[in-house]
Amino acid sequence: MTEVNWTALIIFVALFAFITWLGFAAASWRRGDLDLLHEWGLGGRRFGTLITWFLVGGDLYTDYTFIAVPALAFGAGAVAFFAVPYTIVAYPIFFIVFPRIWYVCHKHQYITAADFVRGRFGNRWLALAVTITGIVATMPYIALQLVGLQVVIGALGISGTGFAADLPLIIAFVILAAFTYSSGLRAPASIAIVKDVLIYLTAFAAVIVIPIGGFGKIFAAVPAQKLLLATPGPNTTGAYSAYATLALGSALALFLYPHSITGILSASSGRAVRRNAALLPGYSFMLGLLALVGFFALAAGVAALPEYASGFKEFGNNFAVPALFLRSFPSWFVGIAFAAIGIGALVPAAIMSIAAANLYTRNIHREFINRNPTDKQEAQMAKWVSLIVKFGALVFIIFVPTQYAIYLQLLGGIWIIQTLPAVILGAYTRWFNDWALLVGWTVGIVVGTVMAAAVNLTPTYPLQLAGYTFPGYTALYTVILNIVVAIVLTPIFNAITAQQTRFDETAASDYYA
Amino acid sequence: MSLGVTMTSLANKGRGWSWWYLLLLVQFVAVLWPPFYNRIEPYWIGLPFFYWYQLLWIIIGAAFTGIVYFATED
Repeated sequence: MTEVNWTALIIFVALFAFITWLGFAAASWRRGDLDLLHEWGLGGRRFGTLITWFLVGGDLYTDYTFIAVPALAFGAGAVAFFAVPYTIVAYPIFFIVFPRIWYVCHKHQYITAADFVRGRFGNRWLALAVTITGIVATMPYIALQLVGLQVVIGALGISGTGFAADLPLIIAFVILAAFTYSSGLRAPASIAIVKDVLIYLTAFAAVIVIPIGGFGKIFAAVPAQKLLLATPGPNTTGAYSAYATLALGSALALFLYPHSITGILSASSGRAVRRNAALLPGYSFMLGLLALVGFFALAAGVAALPEYASGFKEFGNNFAVPALFLRSFPSWFVGIAFAAIGIGALVPAAIMSIAAANLYTRNIHREFINRNPTDKQEAQMAKWVSLIVKFGALVFIIFVPTQYAIYLQLLGGIWIIQTLPAVILGAYTRWFNDWALLVGWTVGIVVGTVMAAAVNLTPTYPLQLAGYTFPGYTALYTVILNIVVAIVLTPIFNAITAQQTRFDETAASDYYA
Repeated sequence: MSLGVTMTSLANKGRGWSWWYLLLLVQFVAVLWPPFYNRIEPYWIGLPFFYWYQLLWIIIGAAFTGIVYFATED
């Protein structure tokens, strides 16, 4: 890996040049006035079923997914496959809940989840809690996308020290920042089409070409303890509960992230949203295949090969998939595969930064600082914020060790799920008292952070009840606590404040067609 | 404590509850209980059961969602 792989690099750069052009050209796609926040920040809400499929798929299946899931399979084995049941149960949730959110947001011109919470509950502090949670949870996620890009740049043989080493990443960032600024959500929507086609191509090629000789040989090379989940010992539900709660908790949290909400709200109809619940699982299948690719890397013994030693030293298990591709594919296809991963970082990074910008602009700046912006001021503010957010992520990745980004991402998942009562339960019922929800959110955040710290920032916490241990995903446990607190406090707070009429600018019929 | 309207009256108000939605619960049960599928046998095209079972449920789950979509469409 010490020399540059020129064929692969040329193809990589060519594809990058193409999507750069596309990102800027997208400003004219389904033309709208990009000085309006909903045009810049939600693509004018014009994306039909197919574009939504590409956008949301490209949005949800991030580089962290493509690099981290196979890396986990490579390192830890079967437990990495939790990503599959995670996506299996995510889509019914998506199907049932999110059309409702789409309809009410469409009816009232809400651009963010916090807009909805503000309108539903009339409590600007609850909305602020949702806003801050969203922005804070998104930041490490953007940083981790850049890690994916770093890995493939390194795998192409581009190395150097100090500034020179970071230069390609900085160039990619500048391109990303420029076309997001100019075209808003239309940019990642158009590029998502390219990304997704390349990713599918790469995943299928990997699964068809690499296991020549059949899957049997590959799985024979996986050590027994990595092949299945470890059977739990006495008095504990062990890996079983960890696996199931990781899947369920991640599924619940997924759609609460601002970039998911932005992707969904940019759809042109509630029907497009529902249809995608049945169609998006296509990506899940591809994700399952990629998890298997982690095993291919294990069987190919890439970690032991000297030519990849420096790559593994620098990037750890994240280097497994790039190493495998370098070994198994001809150079020209390596260029395509790495471009898929590289572009695969830019799409979610763009959408995440737009989503964070939408949140800041609507729910912090307009709510607390300047209550009457002109449309142009609003859109301009969002453009600047998205730039700042990306720049912050870049600085973070260059100067802070990646492990910290991973820890923050874990905490971010625990935090974002605490918005579930306000956003998802709020989409069904106004029963909860808004202050009770805020207390529930606080309890969830604090307890979740403490629990995560207690286990050295690993995802699962060994909950002890009556002599039994139930290791489970901290996010899931704490959101349950959050909901229980909100349920208990609601009648109490209602009695104390003796509210006669509760603020709710939405009507029951706003939640469906 | 009144949790809003009952399920039947929701069904009368345009899109609300449908018994079809219970079909979606099947996927939850099928994949969230690892003891069901944490085994190697039977293999299929060289894949251990643990893996092909979960991959299969992606497809079945999508199919169920498709069924529920058409069944509950207006």
